[in-house]
Amino acid sequence: MKIIGLIIVVVTGALLIYAAADFPAWSDPASPASTYLSPYFIEKTMEETSVPNIVTAVLADYRGFDTMFETTVIFSAGVVCFFLLRISRREEEEPETRYYRHVLTGVTIQLKEGYKIPPSADFERIDAVWTPPDLIIKTGCRILIPFIQLFALYVIAHGHHSPGGGFQGGVILGASVILFAISHDLRTAVRRMSEKLIGILCAVGVSIYAGTGALCLLLKQNFLDYSALAGVLHVDPITARSHGILMVEIGVGIAVLATMIWIYNNISSAGRYRQGL
Amino acid sequence: MIWPIDLAILTLVVIAGIGALMVKDLLGAAILFGAYSFMMCLLWSIMGAVDVAFTEASVGAGVSTVFFVAAVFRTSRRTKD
Repeated sequence: MKIIGLIIVVVTGALLIYAAADFPAWSDPASPASTYLSPYFIEKTMEETSVPNIVTAVLADYRGFDTMFETTVIFSAGVVCFFLLRISRREEEEPETRYYRHVLTGVTIQLKEGYKIPPSADFERIDAVWTPPDLIIKTGCRILIPFIQLFALYVIAHGHHSPGGGFQGGVILGASVILFAISHDLRTAVRRMSEKLIGILCAVGVSIYAGTGALCLLLKQNFLDYSALAGVLHVDPITARSHGILMVEIGVGIAVLATMIWIYNNISSAGRYRQGL
Repeated sequence: MIWPIDLAILTLVVIAGIGALMVKDLLGAAILFGAYSFMMCLLWSIMGAVDVAFTEASVGAGVSTVFFVAAVFRTSRRTKD
């Protein structure tokens, strides 16, 4: 089986390398893509959308429909991870033993047969294998996380002028929350950002994108033709396209942020939402 | 493109890719995959595709490495083959 796999891989690789020789040379001005498509975007993007970063304009405006379904793919990845991995409380062996820690004194309490303490500021629920988070790592991450999040917001908001946009900014935002979950523990992170909130944000992000498109449809233009928003935003149609791009980028950012955290929560705790990494 | 840097990074990409396939320790494979992603990110930025490089750095080298480590942590660390 291994040998058959190796043969298939080698043959496919050889075919791909053989086909790659037919590609136009790197930065060849006579290649089909550079003769009519690229010049159009390079010349017209600024006057049609007033977005200096051509990549963002192509991604969110000219190829907006494509990007919408990219976002949907990410959304469905999160949903699939949830459905495959999440173990609901009902399926587990009850009555479970719970552990609580008194925050001020650090005293740990064990409660058997499903007894529980009502949620309060004095006690926090912990896992059976709970270890205190390291002070240096905890403090270091606490200092770092706000700056990471600020940078992520900058990446989303500044995608028009510099590299970046919803996908990258959303991933960095999600990574900051994942960093929090790693440096503390998963339970603390889930307490800050509950599973329900993550699921809702995931759907809200995709809805913002699709909703922006549908709004253009309602304003008697084509789907995702942001120039229709000019009347609503009180700007000229060209600036409206720029603002429309920002709106969808925010939607993408929210969807990606929530999906990254959702996938991490489900994978790192094997669907139990107890101890993470 | 500066060809010596290009050649060095391409070699490292191939080495990291083959290494990630060959190594028995899956945690090592995850780290090698992160290195592979980082080299690809450098390659994209050399070619002038800064947006793609940014995505590769944040998604490929950042978050997906965490996902791999989490998956290895919850399953087994050694491969059978």
